[in-house]
Amino acid sequence: MTGEQEFRGIESGPLFDRTWHIDRVEGAAVQGLKDTSVEPLSEPLIEVPDDLKGNLVVTSVDALVNWGRKSALWPVTFGLACCAFEMIATAMGRFDIARFGMEAFRASPRQADLMIIAGTVTWKMAPAIQRIHEQMAEPKWVISMGVCATSGGPYFGSYSVVPGVDHIIPVDVYVPGCPPRPDALLFGVMELHEKIKKYHNLRPGSRNVPGGTLAAENP
Amino acid sequence: MPIRTEPMTVNVGPQHPSTHGVFRLRITFDGEEILEVEPVFGYLHRGTEKLAEERNYVQVVTLTDRLDYVSSMINNQAYCLAVEQLLEVEPPDRGKYLRTIAAELQRIAAHLMGIGFFLQDLGTLGTPLMYCFRTREKILDLFEMLCGARITVSYLRPGGVFADAPEDFWPALDRFLTDLPGELSELEQLILENEIVMVRTRGVSTLPLDMAINSSVSGPVLRASGLAWDWRKAEPYDAYDRVEFDVPVAQNGDNYDRFWVRMQELHQSARIVRQCVEQIEPGPVRLDLPLVLRPEPGREAYGRVEASKGELAFYLFSDGGISPYRCKIRSPSLINLTVTEHLLVGWKLADMIVTLGSVDINMGEVDR
Amino acid sequence: MPFQALTGEALADRLAEAVPDSVERADGDCVWVEPSQIAITAQFLRDDPGLDFQFLNAISAVDFIDSFDVVYHLTSFRQQHKGVVKARLHGRESLSLPSVYEVWRGADLQEREVWDLMGIRFEGHPNMKRIMLWEGFDGHPLRKDYL
Ligand code: SF4
Repeated sequence: MTGEQEFRGIESGPLFDRTWHIDRVEGAAVQGLKDTSVEPLSEPLIEVPDDLKGNLVVTSVDALVNWGRKSALWPVTFGLACCAFEMIATAMGRFDIARFGMEAFRASPRQADLMIIAGTVTWKMAPAIQRIHEQMAEPKWVISMGVCATSGGPYFGSYSVVPGVDHIIPVDVYVPGCPPRPDALLFGVMELHEKIKKYHNLRPGSRNVPGGTLAAENP
Repeated sequence: MPIRTEPMTVNVGPQHPSTHGVFRLRITFDGEEILEVEPVFGYLHRGTEKLAEERNYVQVVTLTDRLDYVSSMINNQAYCLAVEQLLEVEPPDRGKYLRTIAAELQRIAAHLMGIGFFLQDLGTLGTPLMYCFRTREKILDLFEMLCGARITVSYLRPGGVFADAPEDFWPALDRFLTDLPGELSELEQLILENEIVMVRTRGVSTLPLDMAINSSVSGPVLRASGLAWDWRKAEPYDAYDRVEFDVPVAQNGDNYDRFWVRMQELHQSARIVRQCVEQIEPGPVRLDLPLVLRPEPGREAYGRVEASKGELAFYLFSDGGISPYRCKIRSPSLINLTVTEHLLVGWKLADMIVTLGSVDINMGEVDR
Repeated sequence: MPFQALTGEALADRLAEAVPDSVERADGDCVWVEPSQIAITAQFLRDDPGLDFQFLNAISAVDFIDSFDVVYHLTSFRQQHKGVVKARLHGRESLSLPSVYEVWRGADLQEREVWDLMGIRFEGHPNMKRIMLWEGFDGHPLRKDYL
């Protein structure tokens, strides 16, 4: 232990030697996720507390709330790979995502309601994605941008790539392309808007199927 | 007696708006000051080298696009040069010029990204980045004319390029080259002499030359430390031996110099493109190679280019089969990060982000 | 002075004088060095004024089933030449090689990468952690027997 280290109150040894246990814990989490996430998840559903079920629904309230939600979807700043550059290009002057009220890319997931998975998802990254998705407040949506996030794409079959982000978090809209052009991403966003418009706020599991019949099948 | 504060180890990334992708650092801070750094890699490790062993020589080109995804053309170039070394062939002249044009346009686009995000990290909140993207979009339009894709181009192929440029490419390129100096000078007026940029970056995180060389640092980072070394000059490939250009070099190796070198290289790249447009002659653009290439067994090649981040090389080993037996990628972004610890320790938290921006890494290439 | 490639024989001649028993064999492109001698050889390659290999371009490893080649690509800016040095390791289990970390700091991340993906340990490297994959990953994916 050097004098400097002692004065500063640092434990002895270089930082990378002191972080072995963290690496092991994280590695075990990654491996566990890889071993258990073998099936894609189904489309997401909103859980509604039991005591709210059967409440009266006023459709114009739905329309207003949905309009509000769709008009200001704030994405979380989350670029993974090549597709991220098309996502950023979408946010820049030429394609101008601000037309959809979406230019406010939030650095904190807690302020965002849309997550654009732009790029290849690796198993090492998967726990972090799951964590960020959990940190976002309901209601939240996920767009899987590009074939990598959708199915592994050019890296399908690689030892370190998740074969589709829907193995770890539920996805609302898939945008194909490698990378999707900004126009394609905007189209995906518009599709998501359509989806949000069909949302009944107080009926269970009614995110896109009126009447919420899916809720019974997917507890 | 100096006041003792409690040091704290924090985690930065992998999801962090300023880590240029999915880079992660563990940092011990004492207040604002950085005491220790441990970079953690691998969040975008996609197994490119393994996948390359399962695809044939031409198919691997598509994987190289996705390494440093802001400079796909240059990645293609490095790989194609390596395959051509294996086969001992050379592309025809027109192909060489088209490659050089494509690579230099790509270098402009890539450097603009490096500069734009560096300034974004400094807190310029969008304006210079928008300027950079404006010019970059024009380049991407040119690429679309060449090959139909904006980012993942796969335009260069072993033995030349995929196809000749269409007729309307040349007037469009001409318009672009006419507009470029104006756009660059707008950007330069905005930032190059900007006082805040200077104060925040001059003398911060200096990298001495001997350390840079010993740590295998290359590209603009090396040139900012004072060595005028450019593989386009040292080992000219494609049409670089027929064009004139300067190698900008700075002396201090600080954040400002790294940024300044990139700014200067933009002009040199435009100069190279202009000369290529003048010199290019009609002719074939691609050698007539079989679709499935089979280099002789036991041969190896080290195809190297000066990419936007530094020395990018593909080390290929052939066993006579249709796919590379081994395809190792020498990635400049990863190796430039060898000096992370030296650059960051002793500086402040706010400088950390800027320094990472000035080294200009690309995670697709760091992790592969 | 044009940039040139040093042949393996030329390198072997210089090495044989300075570091006895270090050269295994040489051909037109590269020189094979006795694996246990690689760190001493590297020191000489860097410090000899005639060779002056200050810059380590890349460390690669190739799996040949019954042996592994570790390849060092080197460049000298002052002498304007480049050279290739290889070390051949036999067998597949518990392979190790002296680290050149002390000679070229640039070997740091590359040696870690070779360990992670190829499973060759470097003795004397301070931080032999996995770099690309996570702790607990089974095997070394770039080996030919990893499927
Ligand atoms: S889909 Fe294509 S462009 Fe997007 S991250 Fe994957 S490889 Fe890159």
